[in-house]
Amino acid sequence: MYLLHGKNITCGYDTVDILSKFTVGVKKGEIASIVGPNGAGKSTAMKSIFGLLKIRLGTIFLDNEDITKLPPQERVLKGMGYVPQTNNIFPTLSVQENLEMGAFIQHEDFSDILDYVYNLFPILKEKRNQQAGELSGGQRQQVAVGRALMTKPKVLMLDEPSAGVSPIVMESLFQKIIEIARQGTAVLMVEQNAKQALEISDIGFVLNQGKNLYTDTGKALLSNKEVRQAFLGG
Amino acid sequence: MEFLNSFILITNYIIIPGLTYGSQLALGALGITIVYTVLRFSNFAHGEFMSFGTMSTILLTWVFIDSKIKFGTFPTAIIVLPLSIIFTIIYCLLVDKFVFKFYRQQKSKSVIALIVSIGVMFFTGGLIRFIIGPGDKNFMDGERFILKAKDFKMLTGLDEGLTIKSTQGVTIILTILLVILLFWFLNKTKTGKSMRAYSDNQELALLSGINPERIVLITWIITGTLACVAGTLYGLDKSYKPFTYLHLVLPIFAAAIVGGVGNPIGAIIGGFVISFSELLITFAYKKFFFYILPDNFLPDGLLQILSTDYKIAVSFIILVLVLLIKPTGIYKGKIIE
Amino acid sequence: MQDKQHIILLFLSMFILIAFVGFFQSWNLALTIFNLCIISSVMSLGINIQWGNAGIVNFGVMGFAALGGLANIIVSMPPTAKAWDAGAIYIIIGIIIFILSIIFSILVWLKSELSKKKKYIINFFLIILGYFLMRYIIDSPIKAIEAIEPAKTGYLGGLDLPVIISWPIGGMLAALIAYVIGKISLGLRSDYLAIATLGISEIIIYILKNEDWLSRGVKNVNGLPRPVPYEIDLQSELWVLELTKFFNIPVSEISSIIVKLSYSCIFLLILIGILLLLEIAQKSPWGRMMRAIRDNEVSANAMGKDIKTRHLQVFVIGSAIIGIAGAMLTTLDGQFTPVTYQPLRFTFLIWIMVIIGGSGNNFGSIIGGFLIWFFWVQSEPLGLWFISQITAHISDTNIIKSHLLENAAHIRLMFMGMILLITLRFAPKGLIPEVKR
Repeated sequence: MYLLHGKNITCGYDTVDILSKFTVGVKKGEIASIVGPNGAGKSTAMKSIFGLLKIRLGTIFLDNEDITKLPPQERVLKGMGYVPQTNNIFPTLSVQENLEMGAFIQHEDFSDILDYVYNLFPILKEKRNQQAGELSGGQRQQVAVGRALMTKPKVLMLDEPSAGVSPIVMESLFQKIIEIARQGTAVLMVEQNAKQALEISDIGFVLNQGKNLYTDTGKALLSNKEVRQAFLGG
Repeated sequence: MEFLNSFILITNYIIIPGLTYGSQLALGALGITIVYTVLRFSNFAHGEFMSFGTMSTILLTWVFIDSKIKFGTFPTAIIVLPLSIIFTIIYCLLVDKFVFKFYRQQKSKSVIALIVSIGVMFFTGGLIRFIIGPGDKNFMDGERFILKAKDFKMLTGLDEGLTIKSTQGVTIILTILLVILLFWFLNKTKTGKSMRAYSDNQELALLSGINPERIVLITWIITGTLACVAGTLYGLDKSYKPFTYLHLVLPIFAAAIVGGVGNPIGAIIGGFVISFSELLITFAYKKFFFYILPDNFLPDGLLQILSTDYKIAVSFIILVLVLLIKPTGIYKGKIIE
Repeated sequence: MQDKQHIILLFLSMFILIAFVGFFQSWNLALTIFNLCIISSVMSLGINIQWGNAGIVNFGVMGFAALGGLANIIVSMPPTAKAWDAGAIYIIIGIIIFILSIIFSILVWLKSELSKKKKYIINFFLIILGYFLMRYIIDSPIKAIEAIEPAKTGYLGGLDLPVIISWPIGGMLAALIAYVIGKISLGLRSDYLAIATLGISEIIIYILKNEDWLSRGVKNVNGLPRPVPYEIDLQSELWVLELTKFFNIPVSEISSIIVKLSYSCIFLLILIGILLLLEIAQKSPWGRMMRAIRDNEVSANAMGKDIKTRHLQVFVIGSAIIGIAGAMLTTLDGQFTPVTYQPLRFTFLIWIMVIIGGSGNNFGSIIGGFLIWFFWVQSEPLGLWFISQITAHISDTNIIKSHLLENAAHIRLMFMGMILLITLRFAPKGLIPEVKR
């Protein structure tokens, strides 16, 4: 049973459908990746699942609850965290303030979550009083993920987490993502680096021209000849 | 002794007036900076908002004086300040509701909002002149001096006198209090942080559940407060005339830009840079050198870099120079496209 | 065709409005308004080519108009003979030295390979040196010149040429200054540019207010020569006297109407001339490229079009037009009074004209200039009338009533603000919208 389940999503801009009947889902404690060529509609998929883009058809369930009609802020309250691809931090705020803003809509004490994030990303604790905009690309990405974790989400959605960071940084970032999933948070991500993403994914969705092309475990997709030839560069 | 005299001379003619005028400019520049970073446009109506606040203070002062409500030697204008701040905030909020809100929702270019603010400037300027008239208004009452030149000379036995006007003292103290309060709010409270977050990254602020309408409301509350206090202090110090507030916009913009637009600390520093440059460049140094140089070395003339007539022009010159050489200002500010 | 009818209708209504003033107030007033309407229109044309066609925000109208005014003095006033004996040449030398020190420091900035810090220090001292050298050279001749009959002259004077030459000269002077300003500040973002131009225009006014040797400062320059006859001379002309009999109005009035009409004719010719040139320019490839740059700076840049040069061209041309209008205005006034240059009246009012008329449309700017100037002048009596109407039932001794009547004139500022805000909100394209070419 999927924790977050988008069924038959059809949506787009103006009259052009970018996604048609796209289905995606992720289970508790697992990692799911959406991969596919440029322009396949990966980012659109993320936006529509998070409610940044109205969907025309289809339904989205979180924990068996229909959240199709909820605005993004309320989805955050229901337990979704979202890390946009770009502009995902507050550059002139300190690292700690960035994390506090992540917990903005929570009225309870969040010091335990802050500890959890600092444990996950020790470098952030070290630099907690520095302006986030002054950090390196990889550290900024950690701030962005940390910010989204501050609401203790059931599902964490990452839009191209490895965009603009070096391979080494990407490696360690993916390790962190695995760690997050092991702690019980479902992770749904969109990745350009399909191979590396699928390696750590429990389930993968290959998206092409707005449609589901293949859905299988990460391992199975990696060993699927057609997928490899078409999307993973052989 | 001679050295002390020259020091007192500088204190009396440069340091104290500079701190006073600088404080007034800093408060004004903070108002412009906050609107610029949060609402993302250059608000040319800010001078008129200051004027509106001052007008409210004057009207309330008259009411209080008429009702014989007095507070010893304390200026009535400062007592009524909280009330006139409320009036100014209400006016700002009304203007936002009927004018600026529309362009915010339309996501208009910032230059359109700038032109809109000129309409607001005209309207507010007319409203103020209509209500209170264009003439000069002096609304300072109570004790005029904290320290008189005569008393100072008697006390110290120096040739040079030191005068501190009550308005100068009030200006500096009130500015310090207000700035501390503002920085405490922006850096320590959840709402203040959310305001900075909103100005940093609107989209992400929305995703984090920050309510933009609340941010806008708070922005105008802060702007109204700053405008009212800055305007009142300026009016108390120099006497109030609606006309002069239109001309105050430019030195204020100069202060905001020199310090680095979008940076509150920059706005304060900018205010003092402008005020001290105006004074230092137009001060006649003859008497100063009279104290510290031997008589036969004293040159002719007033020893002035620029004539006093150019006092305000100095701020424009600095403004233009900063824009040309380092548009980001002293403290790197935010550039909003 | 609909558009043409629309335009004609608007202009007709405008003339009817002015004619109303003629019939009900006086023809003298109507012509005064008409002449200033034309000048306002020329200024709006200058802003329109910058804002409407290139998206440049120039808040320096006041400064360029004042430079046009200064041209009147330099061209048409008789030279003060003694001033040249008093060392006027040293002032010119001094200023040239200062300008040279600036040019030299710019060269250092651009050409030398020193570190930035060193360049800052060198340039700082270069300019300081140039400045004090200038002050050393010019201070005493300035004092001498300003001491020559301060009540009458006390300044350099001019070249004693026909005043009409000062119009193109005013345009050129404005263009020259605009070139310098544009060269250094057009790279700025629009609101910085707005503030910079506003600041520069204030500096220009400060200089004109305080440099008595140049413009007599706040003592004003009166009695500028005219391109048209004087009323007093007309009054002895036979044909004027005949006209007086024919229309049965006093000779003083008819002579003044003739003077104003002659101004109207010259001004109209200039307005039409500038309009034609602008229309041709806008229809040319140059104009198309201008709009392409405005609508999409990035792609135009990518196409290899040199935005900066284009912007500079348009900034200089627009400012020159404002300079011409400023020169015309000073000639019409017959005097140069630096204190009358206020940003509200000269800069922001012109902007309202352009926006109301329709940014990007020359005919719009003209109708905007006419309409807004008309209401700027007439809203004072209108405001008074309005207030006296609503307070009609209050007794005359009431303090509130007398206060309201006293301040009624200021309603016009509110009125202008309202017009601008309403236009921007409900008809942002203005009265005559830009034609999509």
